[in-house]
Parts: sequence; C-alpha cells; structure tokens
Amino acid sequence: MTVTPERHAALAAYLRKHESRDQLRFITCGSVDDGKSTLLGRLLYDTKLLFDDQLAALARDSARHGTQGDALDFALLLDGLEAEREQGITIDVAYRYFGTDKRGFIVADCPGHEQYTRNMATGASTAELAVVLVDARKGLLTQTRRHTWICALFGIRHVVLAVNKMDLVGYDRARFEAIAAEYTALARALGIADATCIPLSALRGDNVTARSPQMPWHAGPALLEHLETVRVERGMGGTGFRLPVQWVNRPDHSFRGYAGTIAQGSIAAGAEIVALPGGRRSRIARILGPDGDLEVAAEGQAVTLTFADELDVARGDVIADAAHPPQVADQFACRLLWMGDAPLLPGRPYWLKIGTRTVGAQITEIKHKIDVNTQSELAAKRLELNEVAQCNLSLDQPIAFEPYAENRALGGFILVDRQNNATVAGGTLDFALRRASNVHWQYIDVDKAARATIKGQRPCCMWFTGLSGSGKSTIANLVERRLHALGYHTYILDGDNVRHGLNRDLGFTDEDRVENIRRVAEVAKLMVDAGLIVLVSFISPFRDERRMARALFGAGEFLEIHVDTPLAECERRDPKGLYRRARAGQISNFTGIDSPYEAPEAAEITLRTAEAEAGVLAQRLVERVLSFEPAHARPAP
Amino acid sequence: MSIKTEAARLSQLDRLEAESIHILREVAAEFRNPVLLYSVGKDSSVLLHLLLKAFRPARPPIPLLHVDTTWKFREMIAFRDRRAAETGVELRVHINEEGVRQGVGPFTHGAAVHTDVMKTQALKQALDKYGFDAAIGGARRDEEKSRAKERIFSFRSAQHRWDPRNQRPELWNLYNARIRPGESVRAFPLSNWTELDVWLYVWREKIPVVPLYFAAERPVVERDGALIMVDDARLPLRPGETPTMRRVRFRTLGCYPLTGAIESEADTLEAIIEEMLTTRSSERQGRVIDHDPTASMERKKQEGYF
Repeated sequence: MTVTPERHAALAAYLRKHESRDQLRFITCGSVDDGKSTLLGRLLYDTKLLFDDQLAALARDSARHGTQGDALDFALLLDGLEAEREQGITIDVAYRYFGTDKRGFIVADCPGHEQYTRNMATGASTAELAVVLVDARKGLLTQTRRHTWICALFGIRHVVLAVNKMDLVGYDRARFEAIAAEYTALARALGIADATCIPLSALRGDNVTARSPQMPWHAGPALLEHLETVRVERGMGGTGFRLPVQWVNRPDHSFRGYAGTIAQGSIAAGAEIVALPGGRRSRIARILGPDGDLEVAAEGQAVTLTFADELDVARGDVIADAAHPPQVADQFACRLLWMGDAPLLPGRPYWLKIGTRTVGAQITEIKHKIDVNTQSELAAKRLELNEVAQCNLSLDQPIAFEPYAENRALGGFILVDRQNNATVAGGTLDFALRRASNVHWQYIDVDKAARATIKGQRPCCMWFTGLSGSGKSTIANLVERRLHALGYHTYILDGDNVRHGLNRDLGFTDEDRVENIRRVAEVAKLMVDAGLIVLVSFISPFRDERRMARALFGAGEFLEIHVDTPLAECERRDPKGLYRRARAGQISNFTGIDSPYEAPEAAEITLRTAEAEAGVLAQRLVERVLSFEPAHARPAP
Repeated sequence: MSIKTEAARLSQLDRLEAESIHILREVAAEFRNPVLLYSVGKDSSVLLHLLLKAFRPARPPIPLLHVDTTWKFREMIAFRDRRAAETGVELRVHINEEGVRQGVGPFTHGAAVHTDVMKTQALKQALDKYGFDAAIGGARRDEEKSRAKERIFSFRSAQHRWDPRNQRPELWNLYNARIRPGESVRAFPLSNWTELDVWLYVWREKIPVVPLYFAAERPVVERDGALIMVDDARLPLRPGETPTMRRVRFRTLGCYPLTGAIESEADTLEAIIEEMLTTRSSERQGRVIDHDPTASMERKKQEGYF
C-alpha cells in the first residue's frame, strides 16, 4: 500500500492540525473516594481513547480487584501501582494523555489522602486548570479545602468544582446549588479568578462528555465541553525578558553561548541585556533555536544566546531585559508547603533551588501557619508534614527573582534536606524583605589577618560536641589553661554559661536548640574574626546545625571535636544529676534520653574519654592546634 | 543559514521539544557522569536527535550506552553503529559476559530470566562499571501504568532500586538532582510524549529510524498468538513450524524472539501514522515480556529495569 498524493496531503493536513492544536495541562483532585480516578477513566472511555488490549486488561482487573460488580471499574485504569490496586487507593499522581479535535490534554490524577498531599502538589505545580471533585452527599471536606488552597498557592487560576455522585442524591438541584455557593465563596476568598461548578455522575456518565437529560436544570456545559473551550492564559502577566542560564556552551574558543529556557517575554538579536545578580551588561549577538539561528525567540523556547561582549556568566545567573530587570535580594517573605517527614525547624540550613540556581537557605521565622479548613492563622514554631505557612526566608547569597504571582519560573522554589537530599518543601516568593543592594558591609581597614598577626597566632574555632557529662567542658578547660600559659589569646563559650545570658530566652525544644547553636556560632565567628582561639563547648546534638556553624568559617578554621563517651558512662558520671532527673521524667527533651544525639560522621578529631585521661586528650588537642599554626607566625617568647 | 524572524506561538510538539531539551540540559549540568541509554528504537532516535539539538554547536557532553542482550534484531545493531558514526556521539556497548558464558537466552532460560540477566543485570553492571550517576531513558508515561506514575528525575538507591511508594515530590521544572555517592537518577525527557507525538516528530524532523518499523516481506512464524521474525538461525523451530514470508512491521523493538510483529501494509511514515490513528491496540501489546503477572513492569522497574 503506497501512499497516494491525496492521502499524503490529508496526512500533512492532519499533522498541521495536530501541530496547531492547543494543549491543556490539568489535574483532578479532591478527597479520597470522591471519584477522581473513575471520572478520568470515564473521560478516556467515552472519548474512545482506550485500546482493545487495555480494555481487555481492565475487564480482567475489574473482575479481580474491582468494586463495581460486573461493570468496569475505571479507577483501576489509573491506579497503576500494585499497592494502589490492592488497597484501592491512589498513592501517587498518574499522568494520562488524551485529546479531542479541539484540544490535547495532559491530565494528572492526584491522590486524595492527606498523607500523599506532596504528590498532589507535584501534579498541581505544572497545571493550568484543576478539577476539584466533591461527593454530592458529603459536600466540602477538609481535603477539598486543602487541595483548593494548594491550587491557589501554585497560582492555578481556573478551577472546576465537579459535584460528583449526583445520581446518589436523586439529581437534587438544591443540594448542588448549596455546595456550589459554599465553594464559590471559598474560591473567591483564596483569590481564584475562575471557579466553575458542574453537577455530574462519573459512574453513569452524566454531564461528563455530554449534557445529561437527568439534570435539565443545569444550564452550563458538560465537563469535557468546558475543558475544550476554557480560555487559559499561558504567561503570568509579566513581560520583561528572563532566561535562567542552564548550561554554558563552549565547544571551542570561537563560541561561548548561554543555554536555557526563556521564562518570560521575548528577545531579539541586538537587544540590550543584563546578567544578574552580577549586573554586567551586553547585547545579544546570536539566538540559536532548536533548528538554527533565530532573530526573535519567546517564552517557552529552549535557546542558546551569545553576547557581543565577553561576560562572566555562569549556570544559575539570570539573563534579563536591561531596561526592565528583575529585583535582586537575599531575604524574602514566602509561602511554604512543608513536605518533609521530619519537621521544618527555623534556622536549620537547607538547599534552595530556584530557576537553575541552588543556594544555601534557612527559614528565619514562621510568621504563622494556616489552618486550611478555616483559613485562620495559627502561631507555630515548627511545621509538620503537609502543613502550610507564611514564612521569612534568608539565603546565603543574593538571587534575581520575581514574585510568584508575576512569574512562576523566578518565584517558585523547592527546599532540599542537606543530609538525605529529600525534597522537603515547595514555596512561592511573595516579596523581598529588603533589597540586597541596600545592604552594605562596612569596610574596615584592620582585618582578621591583622588582628591575628598582632596576637601572633592563627585564630580558629574548636567545636566540642558530645553528650551531657561526656567531658567536653573539662577537656576544653584544660586546653584553654595550657594555651593561655603558652601566651595564646583564647575564649571558652560554654553551653551552660551562655544560657545564663545571651540565650536566656531559649528552652530545649528542637527549635530552640537550633537557635541556640546559631547564636553561639555567630558569636564564635566574631571572636575568630577578632583573632582569638575560641573553644565552643556545646552538646550541639544535630549534624545540620554543626554543619551550619562550620559553614561560617574559612577553610581550616573550624575543628569539630567529638568527645565520644558512651551514654552509659555519661549516665554513671552524671556530674549535675541531670540524667537521674531525666530518667525520672522531671526533665524532657534531654539529649540521649528522649531527644536524639547525631554523632559526627567526619569530625576532625574524636576523643574517646573511656580510653585516655582528660589531661592526655587535652595535650593532644593543644599539639594539634599549635602544629596547625604556621611556625613563622609565633614570635619568640 | 535561514533565519526565523518571528517568534511563533509554540505548538504542542514545540512545547514538548523545549521541555525535553530543558531536561537534557539539567542532567548535563547537575550530574558528574551522565549517560544516555540508547536502545536503538524510535524513542531513542528521538532522544538522540534532541540531544544533538540541546548542545549545538558543541558535541553532546553525554555519551550513549547500549545494553546489548545479543538477541537484538541484526538490523538494529547495524543501524546503531551507523548512527553513532554519523553523529559522532560516543557510543559504549555493554554485554553481560557472565550471562553469555552461561549461555543465557530466551529459549534456554525463558523470557523472564533472559530479560533479567541480559538486560536488567547487564544495565546495572554497566552503570556500576562506568560509575554513571544519571541515566537518561526514552520511557514515556503513556506506555504503561507504572510508568504513568514515575517522576522525570526518578531516584534510584545504591542498589538501583526504585521505591514507587516514596518518590520525591517534583515541583514545576525544578528537578532535584542531589544524590549521595553510589545513588543515581534515571531521567526521562520524553515523559510527556505520546506514541503519536513521537511519530509526528520523527516525520516533522525527518529523523532516521530502524527499517523494521516499516512494512516489508519478512520470514515469520506464528507462535502463541504472536508473529515472531526468524532473524537468524538461533530460533528453534517447533514441530510443524515453517517460516513464511509475510508483510509485517514492528511497533516496538527489543529482542527479536520476544517482539511480536503486526501484519501491516504501512511502508512509509505517513502510512504508519495513519495506521496508528485507526489502531485498536496499544504498542506494548507486542511485548511478550509485559504479559507476565499483572503490573509486572513495576516489579521489574523496582529491581532496576529501565
């Protein structure tokens, strides 16, 4: 069968149609058992997008796992994981692809259980429209409100409330209208511009692909009709050119290009641009598209740019319209969805990825968390899995950004745990708390090196960590006495002593422990800056905080010293009687008893007090600190 | 060179192309030693084409790896070597030599053992041998139910295992590439493409594909309801089986004894696309290996299968 010219022409026409066809990315969400998977299965079935072997497999699965008697159980089409089919629940988001003559669709079927909210968020982050299902018998549930809140967080402007299982309430118009009124008010309160309510029955196919004779009172469209025709704007409203640099393309000396996807606006050859946060300017020389040189390129295109001048631009920088650049800042107000199994603790360091840049970050303050059911604001010192909050965010270096409401690519970020690399939060930037460009370092003539030289020593921070009663303070005290006797300038920051003053306001919860360490680390840094040898003697039980402390110091300035004494031995010594009281339940959050101690993985020095006398261990430390000092720096006594 | 002067509105294929290029560049930028799993099929052909586009004018910084089970169609191997030479992209071929020594094959050991030893174990060997920390694959979410659930950057433990119940959240196009030594990521730039998108793109971009996709007279035997091509003398004929010449083509390509052909007259790309639009069965139907226990793809993937 050879293709005739007529058939070839028909196929070419088909390709052009497919090419020009619009695509809508949407999600289905809502509470468990409200019928999301069934609705999608019904959409695929009614639009004849299931193949014969898929239908045969569905019939087989329905007989085995189905919940619809002899009928097809459409939910099994989407619940593809074995655990899902066995338990009859959706765990993770499933993507399906279908189309009609009017539009192509990518639909993400999201899980309804609260514990899988992070998977729902995964689907919502790339959606242009959300179909929120409710069961007509139950009305709005907590999950309905939570999912709607997350849709609003991610800037989904079009929401369809599908009031499902209308067949089970006798297609009662009043019931539908009551639910619709309540939901419309919720959507308005959350700032969702377009909320359309449709009564339907996924199981029976009412108002899914065609208007139902059972509900003649519903004047609006069937669901599919609405999905085919709703107008969805692509950009978020901003117009200035933005391109986060993904990859510097340097095949040889004659070519240096900056590859990335255009996040906003358009660019033409010759246009003046600025590279941020550095601020260097140049003009566009060439734009390389996927098929060769372009004179113009716009949002969504993956391109490679070359400049008229040599600029020092790297991955993570943002190329922007020089006349309308985005702001640069390092502190922000943001909204956060916490997705980590361990709680968010303010002050704990995380990685933040935004655009193509990854920087160190911490949440400095939880302004309030939000009760998704009532929208009320609650005070909080930590965030647990699936909680949402308004927070302040601080980065360790400035970035080019835009508020999420104006630009998703420059305003949406994730937080990554520094130990297990899990993605623990999704967030959106609202505004900068201060412009980084307004924050100046006061220039000081006398610097750390000068202060150290006059003292004839190399400053450093010796960080003692270990259980209560392990011998930290005893050894630190011996070390300081010897160094002092040898003429060195030292200072001890002791956990107990600092808690009498600087940290008097802090308790022993995880949040307060993090803040306790942050303050002490900053003080130690100032003292090292002043030229001192600082001995910090703190239990400091968490790896993340010790890592944060280490990051404040220069290479070789920070010595982590693990005073390694078995818990049983510490408890036997119990110099302050604290273990006895903790065991008696009189002290809570006591390290080693009901609060964890995370031993260092790579301490510079480990001291085993069970194997040597404190004096011997102290001498070893003194030798280590002095050997690590350059010999010429020490004046003759 | 011709220069386009207007930024046209992006079509569905343009959007998919841009998304895939973005993913390929993220892999190149975020990983120390990435590789592209090149399986010689149409999806791999599209991936290779996108890889060239993503890094032009430079040569792609990511090599190709083909895990050769020694049972591939001969035309696939010839096509593979020709494309590597034409594009100049580095190609590495890995064969599980231990499996070869033990004589593992689909007839002696069965489809499941053969696939496990020569494909899944071989892939893990290759990833460990070269220390690849990211492997790019051409899998699409529309192919199969467990793939419909997989992330674009899909995390693997140091034992190459996928934990479908505990995947990392993946927001926007912010792919989390952070891993510890020994762990790795499988990246799927074609996640959001459908079979139709792939063929339309092959057509639009004039991408070379293995001739086995086009209908031709080929020697086949009918076995357990599938049409198996007699690609070489290793296929043991059962009593009563005589290879006959039939006009067939393949919708997917794998090991020839495990890949069923379909009778077809489609000998051009246009005809293939037309056939797709009227077909009533999904492309994986021809894969003998998929008809093991229900949802078996998920189990194979957990064990490290692509």
